[in-house]
Amino acid sequence: MMLIHCPYCEEKRPEIEFAYAGEAHIHRPVKDADDMTDEEWSHFMFLRDNKRGDHAERWWHANGCNMFFNAVRNTVTDKFLVTYKMGELPPKASASNAKLPAAKKTGGAK
Amino acid sequence: MKFSAASLFANALSGHKKWPEQFPNKEPKSRYDVVIVGAGGHGLGAAYYLAKKHGITNVAVIEKGWLGGGNTGRNTTIIRSNYLFDESAALYDHAVDLWDGLSQELNYNIMFSKRGVLMLAHNVHDVQSFTRHVHANRLNGVDNKWLTPEECKDFCPPLDISQNRRYPVMGGALQMRAGTARHDSVAWGYARAASKLGVDIIQNCAVTGIRRAPSGEVTGVETQKGFIGAGKIGVSAAGNTSVIMEMAGIRMPLESFPLQALVSEPIKPVFPCVVMSNAVHAYISQSDKGELVLGAGTDQYTSYSQRGALHISEHNISAICEIFPIFRRQRMLRSWGGVVDVTHDRSPILGKTPVPGLYVNCGWGTGGFKATPGAADMLAHTIAHDSPHRINAPYTLQRFATGRLIDEAAAAAVEH
Amino acid sequence: MSAFRKPGRGAVNTAVSVNFTFDGKKYTGVKGDTLASALIANGVHLMGRSFKYHRPRGPVGAGSEEPNALVVVDRGTGRESVNLRATSVEIFDGMVARSQNSFPNLKFDIGAFNNTFSLFFPAGFYNKTFMWPKSFWDKVYEPFIRNMAGLGPAPTAVDPDSYASSYGHCEVLIVGGGPAGIAAALQAAKSGERVILVDERVKIGGSLIDAPNCEIDGKPAADWLAAAVKTLGKAANVTVMNRTTAIGYYHDNFVALNQRLTDHIANPKDGAPREETHRIRAGKVILAQGAIERPLVFNGNDVPGVMLAGAGQTFLNRYGVAVGHEVAVFTSHDSAYQAAFDLADANIRIPVIIDVRDDIRADLRAEAERRGIDIAAGQVVSKTSGKLRITGLEIYDPQSGAKRTVKCDALLMSGGWTPSLHLWSHSKGGIKWDADMAAYVPDVANENAVCAGACNGDFGIAAALTGGNKAAGGRKSYSVTERDFGTGVTLDSLPNYIKDTKQKAFVDFQNDVTEKDIKLAVREGFKSIEHVKRYTTNGMATDQGKTSNLNALQIASKAVDKPVEKVGLTTFRPPYTPTTFAALIGHCEGKLFDVKRVTPIDPWARERGAVYEPVGNWMRARYFPQEGEDMHAAVRRECVATRESLGIFDASTLGKIEVVGPDAAKFMNLIYSNPWSSLKVGGCRYGLMLNEAGFIYDDGVVGRMAEDRFHVTTTTGGAPRVFRHMEDYLQTEFTDLDVWLTSATEQWSVIALNGPNARKLIEPFVDGIDLSPESFGHMQVRTGKICGVETRLFRVSFSGELGFEINVPSHFGRAVWETLFEAGQPYDITPYGTETMHVLRAEKGFIIVGQDTDGTVTPHDAGLSWAVSKKKKDFVGRRSLKRSDLVAQGRKQLVGLLPEDDSVLLEEGAQIVADPNQALPMTMLGHVTSSYYSDALGRPIAMALVADGFNLNDQTLYVPMPGKTHAVKVTGTAFYDPKGERLNVV
Repeated sequence: MMLIHCPYCEEKRPEIEFAYAGEAHIHRPVKDADDMTDEEWSHFMFLRDNKRGDHAERWWHANGCNMFFNAVRNTVTDKFLVTYKMGELPPKASASNAKLPAAKKTGGAK
Repeated sequence: MKFSAASLFANALSGHKKWPEQFPNKEPKSRYDVVIVGAGGHGLGAAYYLAKKHGITNVAVIEKGWLGGGNTGRNTTIIRSNYLFDESAALYDHAVDLWDGLSQELNYNIMFSKRGVLMLAHNVHDVQSFTRHVHANRLNGVDNKWLTPEECKDFCPPLDISQNRRYPVMGGALQMRAGTARHDSVAWGYARAASKLGVDIIQNCAVTGIRRAPSGEVTGVETQKGFIGAGKIGVSAAGNTSVIMEMAGIRMPLESFPLQALVSEPIKPVFPCVVMSNAVHAYISQSDKGELVLGAGTDQYTSYSQRGALHISEHNISAICEIFPIFRRQRMLRSWGGVVDVTHDRSPILGKTPVPGLYVNCGWGTGGFKATPGAADMLAHTIAHDSPHRINAPYTLQRFATGRLIDEAAAAAVEH
Repeated sequence: MSAFRKPGRGAVNTAVSVNFTFDGKKYTGVKGDTLASALIANGVHLMGRSFKYHRPRGPVGAGSEEPNALVVVDRGTGRESVNLRATSVEIFDGMVARSQNSFPNLKFDIGAFNNTFSLFFPAGFYNKTFMWPKSFWDKVYEPFIRNMAGLGPAPTAVDPDSYASSYGHCEVLIVGGGPAGIAAALQAAKSGERVILVDERVKIGGSLIDAPNCEIDGKPAADWLAAAVKTLGKAANVTVMNRTTAIGYYHDNFVALNQRLTDHIANPKDGAPREETHRIRAGKVILAQGAIERPLVFNGNDVPGVMLAGAGQTFLNRYGVAVGHEVAVFTSHDSAYQAAFDLADANIRIPVIIDVRDDIRADLRAEAERRGIDIAAGQVVSKTSGKLRITGLEIYDPQSGAKRTVKCDALLMSGGWTPSLHLWSHSKGGIKWDADMAAYVPDVANENAVCAGACNGDFGIAAALTGGNKAAGGRKSYSVTERDFGTGVTLDSLPNYIKDTKQKAFVDFQNDVTEKDIKLAVREGFKSIEHVKRYTTNGMATDQGKTSNLNALQIASKAVDKPVEKVGLTTFRPPYTPTTFAALIGHCEGKLFDVKRVTPIDPWARERGAVYEPVGNWMRARYFPQEGEDMHAAVRRECVATRESLGIFDASTLGKIEVVGPDAAKFMNLIYSNPWSSLKVGGCRYGLMLNEAGFIYDDGVVGRMAEDRFHVTTTTGGAPRVFRHMEDYLQTEFTDLDVWLTSATEQWSVIALNGPNARKLIEPFVDGIDLSPESFGHMQVRTGKICGVETRLFRVSFSGELGFEINVPSHFGRAVWETLFEAGQPYDITPYGTETMHVLRAEKGFIIVGQDTDGTVTPHDAGLSWAVSKKKKDFVGRRSLKRSDLVAQGRKQLVGLLPEDDSVLLEEGAQIVADPNQALPMTMLGHVTSSYYSDALGRPIAMALVADGFNLNDQTLYVPMPGKTHAVKVTGTAFYDPKGERLNVV
């Protein structure tokens, strides 16, 4: 059972307090949705990086402060590199963050 | 050398010195008509059927580790086909048809045991859902019948059907033609049969890139052992599919999750069938060695670590002991993890891709083993004809755009 | 005192005898004995039969690594423990133990005929045969194979013991209480931090007990150990846990411990937990698991009486037991000499030490000479004699070809040592091959962990103490007088003049894997160690290859002709030793298996004899049978009473979410498919929620309590996921909205009153709300008081009758319910359950999300297009609803079905076809989602999802059931009072 640092509670808590909420930084198209083809819309709906390596993802502190937040975790070692609040871009502190697709400025989803 | 009691006897007399290699590990040639990425049951089977049914023998199966070392060798070996939708019933029942004669076809005993799979219902919603399955299966010609709690107990004596349990048994759906097989033997049997037909199996050779011509079609794979030319490439890499497909510039509708299973110490035969329960979320059978084989759901996060958390195993065991309290003094011998690739609708993707010459077979989630021969046959057919078979035609990548999902899990819905 | 007991030796109390039985025969041991040591003390080595060939076996080891001596301890009904290692079982007075996997008895076992034909059962034999004739597989071969399976007997009754469970934290967790672990604990104790030291055995001490022939800081090992134990015992910050196995090492220093509490006690207290699982989160983990000795792989190495040298030493020094009177030694490692010398010094005759090496260390040679022990250097054991116990062996000199026989009643063997990397590997710590030691040793850590002592490849007491101290941050160097632990050689196979087809050299004792099997596997192309393991089953027995994996690896490596590190190592999997299911479950079983939610009104229903059904975590009253009624009769009565007068229903399980804030209406507009801005305060509206894929996700009535406040209800099972769904969108998509969400499910008890007399009943109890139809119309909500209690009173109806849903604070729920029930007697007020609720709503054509819809149904499919806003620019699911397949022709649509034969009640889940005479597989149009007998209509009714159903009105379709096909007519779903006039009753 992993320990996860909640950026709102500012402490590490056991994994069972949290719910995984999928890949982070996926832009939910709103304004252009009507103009999109089904194919383009399906990219938002279903396509995922599913990265083997550093992976930007969302967690929900469901049995804690109830906040959603972002994290970068290595999916090979299961080690968290960083967790950060919704609306924030991943901190640049870690060199591996430079590789993140998350650096894209996103509209809705953060 | 053909395997039989007679050859076993003859070889015994010569000290078993004359058995040939079952699947020689080859060094890659510079070019193949077809390269299959991933030497699990699905990939090896596809190579076998390419050679056997389609006459395409210039085939290599490339594996980053050892053959059969992924989910083929890590699963709980349940085989069944009592799925709800016509598309699923057709695919999985085709697989069961192939399972039935597979030992003889491959001349390799894969120990398909039709011991029956019983799926328990624990609430009114389960009953409604399972009767829907039973009726749909009946009209699809798939065997599946409804049992009362007492009939469940008769079929599986260790079952506790007392009504004072937290989730009492309200009945069950039984598929008699379903069961288990020896997972490793499936990979080995296909590997041996494919090798005999001229297929090269190349182990410890990770694929590092997919090369494409300027016009877009694939030309081969970059590997640890150098470039290998290929007219067509079939990717059958389970949990690692996203990684391989990214090499061809394709982002997949997949997520890879850890899936754990465990076995008890071996005990004398006590459990005659396979039992699954969605409500308590676990399944169990007893291996031919005597171990109780337990499985449950995935860990919640994506991971390639092949490592899971203890609380998943604990929940798995507590769920099994909820329906089989008689096993609570048994002991967990070994637990392990695999990586399963899951699609949004929990159904596989088996067909062509936007890249010419590139085919994919993935997204089997927690249920890939049961489909092995069927998936392999369909992948081979699709590669050979550059067009899917009727059975796998619905399992496209495009269905995620159109919304024509094959959503067994959603159809089972949730309680209201 | 038996001839094999060595008084004055060992950490046992020979003054206290312990009586027990093994296979029905009475024996006496002493306090502190294991079953194995007590039996050996009685001259018994034969304790088990192997898995495949049923060969007679005695203990190979003296601890938890034991592959052979597996036994049953029988403590009565449901308390049979099987597959226990006799070397770890502590005896108690009156213990009943049995051997297993033999019939009729251990000395004569019919299953051993497998052994006679073992030539025909090499590795993987089952892949090669049992295929013809095909029909024989199901009927003959497979049942036969399955009947041969298994080791210990299967359970016959439920284990009545209880098991404890806990969580703990510490700064330093030390696994292994040998010299390394103790030194680490002594050092860590000084920091004042919380330290936990665990050891699987009865006493900590490890090799200081097993091989105590050394001095530490000028004191005999035993004295030093006693002082250390005392120091640790006194340190308030140190917890020493014996009989405790660290079974697995998980993410972020989460280590699971299994502690055995009562198995060693003759008469445990009633209810005392048998075992406890501790889940420890440690700051740092020090692994001091030691090393496990490797057997030598030679012809005849499995006869009872052949065991590891260290085991022989342990039986003597820990238990005061001689494993034989004439004990030969066969080794490739210096350490076995220590065992030989310890035994010799206890007056056990050592006829010979056979050493595969030509050059013997001078000091060892001298010591042997001094004790009169013959050394056969550069020689091997070529065979052993004896069936149920070793009686002698043959020494073969490969250089001269000379052979001689030596009599013995035990043989100690040593092939060197394997550092225990089990937990290190669980933690994903790296390992590297050490060619000198011929073993894997720890490399780079993945967690905050460090290895110390033998498991780190540092052998000997001094190295262990220093390593342990250092692991805990110390810099102490211990002064130790000990024999040099020494080195050894590894040979993939030992020379022998006997044809290898005639040899039986076991690698994995329990699974009967021989050297030949491993070579055969490699010959057949199984060249990765994982393949070898799976093909031969080496390392897959209950000991998980603790004594066999490295030998198998060496043999395979030689056969493949590749360096060991290229052949790999099988992965170590938790648990370290087999762990009781119930101990892992802890308290999560029976009533505590899963949370059971009940409403405040539930006790009332229980007193009334309600029959329940589980819905999600809830238990809901399904119906209230009266004397002699079955469900059908009870539900008919409840339905009629509600429609004719008044029914009362506990709706408290409905999910409730309070949506509050200046942007609450905006949020509702985004989350639901229908519009909310136009809903006035005091109004209610049916809310339809989609997922992003456009399918129906949940539904429920929502009341607008204020401009900025909505009282949302959800389905009973859906509340948690709807709450998450809302929070997810609020926090990550609609982040500019100022809204708060609060789960209020448990805050409100909900009493639903339905029937023409509903208003009359509540009128006298309501304050502050004008109940007149003009002022309080259908689909309105008011706040006020009922029975003097604050209420949110909804005028809504899920039955089609005049209806109120009375929300009161939970703790008043039962009181209000009872008051209303009492006052309702003149109206024959009738409590009803979920089944009647389902019938009443079906008569009205109201859907149940999850029953009449599943995750593939759109609002249009369900006939709810009116609940999808065409004006809103965005709501969850909007874009997906336009996908080509979701607007395609021929989708399944929700319709009503009336069986033509009105005595027929369709089965829910039954499939619908157009042509009942077609062949299988049939083309199915859809299925029956709800089906009930309706008293209001005097006939059965059903709802169904049918392909293109909206265009099939009045057509006849068919429901083929086994033995009979039912014709059904397609209708709309509003079966009863389609105009809703019954709501207007005054």
